[in-house]
Amino acid sequence: MKAHAAGVLTGEHYLDGDFACGEGAMAAGCRFVAGYPITPSTEVVERIAKRFPMIGGTFIQMEDELASMAAVVGASWTGTKSMTVTSGPGFSLMMENIGLAAMMETPCVVVNVQRGGPSTGLPTMVGQADMMQARWGSHGDYEIIALSPQSPQEAFDLTIEAFNLAEQYRVPVMFMMDECVGHMTEKVVIPKPEDIEIVPRELTDKPPEEYLPYALDDNMIPEFARAGDGYRFHTTGLTHDERGYPVMSPDCQRVSVTRLVDKIRLNAEKIARYEEEQTDGADVVLVTYGITARVARRAIELSRRKGVKVGVIRLVVVWPFPEKLIRELAGKIKAFVVPEINYGQISLEVERCAAGKATTTLVPHMGGGVHNPMDIVNAIMEAAK
Amino acid sequence: MSKAVKHSAEKVAPPEPDVPAEPQHPVTPYLRMDRIPHIWCPTCGIGTVVRCFVDALVQSKVDLDKVAICSGIGCTGRVAGYLKLDAFHSTHGRPIPFATGLKMGRPELLVTVFSGDGDLVGIGGNHFIHAARRNMDLLVVLVNNFIYGMTGGQNAPTTPLTARSSTMPFGNFERPFNLPHLAESCGATYVARWTSLHVRRLTKSFREAIRRKGFRFIEVIAPCSTLYARLNKLGDGFSLMQFYHDTAVVKNNADTRETAIDFQQRIICGKFVDEERPTFIDMMHEHYEKVLGDKYVPTPPEGGLLSGPENESSSASGPRKKASKRKSSKKAANKGGGDGAQ
Repeated sequence: MKAHAAGVLTGEHYLDGDFACGEGAMAAGCRFVAGYPITPSTEVVERIAKRFPMIGGTFIQMEDELASMAAVVGASWTGTKSMTVTSGPGFSLMMENIGLAAMMETPCVVVNVQRGGPSTGLPTMVGQADMMQARWGSHGDYEIIALSPQSPQEAFDLTIEAFNLAEQYRVPVMFMMDECVGHMTEKVVIPKPEDIEIVPRELTDKPPEEYLPYALDDNMIPEFARAGDGYRFHTTGLTHDERGYPVMSPDCQRVSVTRLVDKIRLNAEKIARYEEEQTDGADVVLVTYGITARVARRAIELSRRKGVKVGVIRLVVVWPFPEKLIRELAGKIKAFVVPEINYGQISLEVERCAAGKATTTLVPHMGGGVHNPMDIVNAIMEAAK
Repeated sequence: MSKAVKHSAEKVAPPEPDVPAEPQHPVTPYLRMDRIPHIWCPTCGIGTVVRCFVDALVQSKVDLDKVAICSGIGCTGRVAGYLKLDAFHSTHGRPIPFATGLKMGRPELLVTVFSGDGDLVGIGGNHFIHAARRNMDLLVVLVNNFIYGMTGGQNAPTTPLTARSSTMPFGNFERPFNLPHLAESCGATYVARWTSLHVRRLTKSFREAIRRKGFRFIEVIAPCSTLYARLNKLGDGFSLMQFYHDTAVVKNNADTRETAIDFQQRIICGKFVDEERPTFIDMMHEHYEKVLGDKYVPTPPEGGLLSGPENESSSASGPRKKASKRKSSKKAANKGGGDGAQ
């Protein structure tokens, strides 16, 4: 389906990443946003608060992030595409109801414009240290999808993608921006609505008497009914059966949690989005994402000038992790180098998938700024030895 | 929806429904009988409250397809699970914000919150006061049994002074909430309190509250003989009802500053507040219409996504067609359409 014209501000703009993300959400058909102010993410909801009244959307500033996330899950059950926006401390508070969204299989998007942590950390400065929290920050076993944009243009494009994936897999999608991308202003081209592909909320066509909220036909994603259409369904955060009724048994737990995880894990290759550059014949492959991918460009140029064969994998979808890709590359190269603005998160995944067939070097930055490209160059030179 | 790879996980056979024999109880058609028997203890008051609520819904002739019910966690948190409505059993303390999302997402719904004292004013207290402040269009039913029942009798923000709980084994020394006063001072537009003995008055309050708009709060004092009564040696189910009979005083329009509950002292019941004030949604519409004029496009009553030319022409989905055919308010017909307005 194509985007609705009302939400699409077609044209060339000069926007920061936060505004671009807000525009992406509106273009994607998002019509409910609940949020709580937090630096450096607030501009996203400010943009939305200004435009929503003209396009049939509702923005509400809730009393905290617990409430924001709960409201987003509730609104999504009316069929309205919903989103919330936050940064580290708020992300922590949202974890409870992100788990609920995962358990109830509620499509929604959670934007995290990452700053330095832990705790209040560096409120106005960049970090990439919530990547592991995005994956498993709520308790219990589940899988989500997470994307990471490297530019305002991608903040727009990938927000639409985030909504589309949320609908396709009935899962909360984490949109992992960072302060740099959020506050960086660049040209953003917003296409015409007819050039934007949207996955709409697909409603079940079964009559209410035949409908079971968590029954599976030929795939792992159950059909959706929304509140107010006469289905009188039940859903819960408790372990539940096909009817959405609580069943406290290891059997039901095994079946339902296995599916929650497998609907993402077994589709990982379909969900994967990454850019691959000169990995054929490379000695060293840089694995990177978000703002660090931009900084790494300089390091890649310098290393290539020094004669090192450097390939690049830029992760666009970070979770589910492209295990197969890394595993296959590991057999062909000497080393992975992973620069990230944390003390080792995605590098752990790379190391796990490389399984000793290639070395993995983390180039950490503790946050508050981006890498000096020379640190990455040095790591590449060392790894290439 | 994408057709993902086939999944081999077997289905769990649902447990055999335990359907009681005829004659049918009058509320049977409104309950999920395949979930009965319920989990509540004998003499628990919650079932009575549910009965009164169902009676009020039926008597009010509301379209039950348009009623959503949302609960949190705890004994009363199970109410949503037994009513045959669009029902959401959310997280501990969060049914009010969850319900806020339901109401904003599809404003035509009658959204009800049914939960306990620990859920709504303990862990969820912040949401309670802010929803009341906004006059959010929710009917909030709080069953108050003075204790955390599901987890085994711990102290609640409603436990009366000196009453025993498992975490106040020598008696409670924390001052409890006076809930009608809390609700009124935060901005609730309908506030009533009854005990589970007051079935007719409670049902009438439900009927009134269903017809009102805004943040409507009904507190129902209900017995917990398994924990609260046992820990405090208050006797059996009958003596608990006898206590309500003897000590509850009906004082409509009472000053809510006077409605605090002391241990085993009189319980002031009645309707304390019933006034009309614009709801959050009313205020939002009115304000945007004033400042934005014709540029304002409200979220359509039936929700903010599914309308639109592409959807209607491309999909054979029954419910969606039904939804688009459904009559919306005049305002929505003129200005709504949301996405599809172009």
